[in-house]
Amino acid sequence: MTTMATPTQSTPDAQMPQYNPKSESMGAKRVKSTLFHIVALALTAVVLYPALWMVASSFKPNSEIGGTNTSLWSSNFSMDNFVTAMDGIGGVSTLQFFTNSLILAVGAVVGTVLSASVSAYAFARIKFPGRSVFFGMMIATLLLPFHVVIIPQYIIFNQLGLVDTYVPLLIGKFLAADAFFVFLMVQFMRNLPAELDEAARIDGAGHVRIFTSIMLPLMKPALISTSIFSFIWSWNDFLGPLLYLNTPDKYPLPLALRLFVDQTQSSDYGAMIAMSVLALLPVLIFFLIFQRYIVEGVSTQGLKG
Amino acid sequence: MTQSPTLSRRSATSASSLPRKSRQRGVDARAGYSFLLPWLLGFIVLTLGPMVSSLYLSFTNYNLFDPPKWIGLDNYATMFQDERFMQSVGVTVGYVVFGTPLKLAAALAVAMLLNSARMGQGFYRSAFYAPSLIGASVSIAIVWKAMFGDSGPVDQGLSFFGINLGGWVGNPTMTMPMFILLTVWQFGAPMVIFLAGLKQIPADLYEAASMDGAGPVRKFFNITWPMLSPVVFFNLLMETIHAFQIFSSAYIISNGEGGPAGSTLFYTLYLYLRGFSDFRMGYASAMAWLLLIVVGIITLIIFRTSKSWVHYSGDAK
Repeated sequence: MTTMATPTQSTPDAQMPQYNPKSESMGAKRVKSTLFHIVALALTAVVLYPALWMVASSFKPNSEIGGTNTSLWSSNFSMDNFVTAMDGIGGVSTLQFFTNSLILAVGAVVGTVLSASVSAYAFARIKFPGRSVFFGMMIATLLLPFHVVIIPQYIIFNQLGLVDTYVPLLIGKFLAADAFFVFLMVQFMRNLPAELDEAARIDGAGHVRIFTSIMLPLMKPALISTSIFSFIWSWNDFLGPLLYLNTPDKYPLPLALRLFVDQTQSSDYGAMIAMSVLALLPVLIFFLIFQRYIVEGVSTQGLKG
Repeated sequence: MTQSPTLSRRSATSASSLPRKSRQRGVDARAGYSFLLPWLLGFIVLTLGPMVSSLYLSFTNYNLFDPPKWIGLDNYATMFQDERFMQSVGVTVGYVVFGTPLKLAAALAVAMLLNSARMGQGFYRSAFYAPSLIGASVSIAIVWKAMFGDSGPVDQGLSFFGINLGGWVGNPTMTMPMFILLTVWQFGAPMVIFLAGLKQIPADLYEAASMDGAGPVRKFFNITWPMLSPVVFFNLLMETIHAFQIFSSAYIISNGEGGPAGSTLFYTLYLYLRGFSDFRMGYASAMAWLLLIVVGIITLIIFRTSKSWVHYSGDAK
């Protein structure tokens, strides 16, 4: 760190006319920038290749997926795979799987937004005995491997007769069990000026009023990030449905996909990949629309993908 | 006006306007717990309770149907004679030890590349982030399996260069590289966080270093690395903890069996198989607690050692 100690004091009288941040010539700059784009574009191609391969394959006949024809393009592109994929599996249509996924994801969003915002308000804005202890515990659950609780949870839900219902998958969302979202909202609310609550309190507003008419409207960005991520996480969740759902007509898409893999056993790669594309479609659409929110959310809150 | 005796007693020391203050405290305490209720309930019912009972179950033999039978430390003892268990530990440790640093190195390298960009940064950032959003999904696991399978594009591409490995999916020595590539492919999430960290480093530090004649390597080790170390710390912690818990991709790619030859038998997959297909729930609970302890120790190590390599600009020097 010694190299950085000097600059602030040394500059005034010392002569260093040769230092000029704009000394690079325009030509050198252009070469540099072109080089950057070549490298970055090549990397983009590599990174996006699996996705492109997936989309291309979903339109190809089975005989052209894999094998010596490695080009992404094919003159035999058709919708056949999607037609097969839409038929579904195990007597259940893919539309039904979509609906199931949607019910679970919307339930997750509603539950998480409600429970996490209310709980975060308590952590961020109310002083009460035990708050810091609970806050510490909440942070600890962020690091807790999920597997430590799945067995007893399963036993409980099994005894309550709730296996093969959506209750075990949704109840945690309504009880703010995804601590990440509580944490995100606490951080957000702590950055809102305290004068807001004080002024409202002098005007005679209670916590319910302060929460609903002052905090919630100001928390919109945090609420949007939470909604987007809880939707996508629920949409992609595999372990939860795998544990709790037994009947195919209740399956969300990831489980349906597994069923598809099990039953077709690589005989119909095309349809399998088409169904994978369909399952990812909402996530990709979300990403295209909310790109800013998603990437900003990750960079400021460290949210995982 | 005193409403709750305990609270007013505690506030008695704090001088004037006593009744009002203590009333506000009573209101706050009640409001605090009411607002906290959803989380508190979830914490007790879904986290704390299950943690305690899985600790208890880990000392029992339990198959979900007969009542649990206390067997002391037997589950923990048998684990170390269980070949499949040891294999799952090996697979998971290999994955964490190689996958996580590679992923973070890729993330940091690309973040530094992008940080120098004047144009198009937003586009590249989004494009590189996309895999992190979908990487853990079943769809991508299926695609990965197809791409790395016999005569898939990876096999084809490599044989073009004269490397004939065949499909990676069925080859026990190649499954680990395949999973490591899958996690490295998702370098976007830590990259975005690194990029945000790089933007916080004041540009005049670099200018001053240039004036002192420091080259890019010196600048990296004397400016970038120390200034970025809190972010490195965060990413390392989160990525390590996540890596231990890889499940869906392993399940899908190996058809829920962990093959070939146990080479994809990740810890959580074995835990799942023991608990939910063999119904050895006591054993699975013991595995879960061991995982918790190991992850806890690693977290502690990362925290402890961080004092020597994480630099917070707040604490002078």
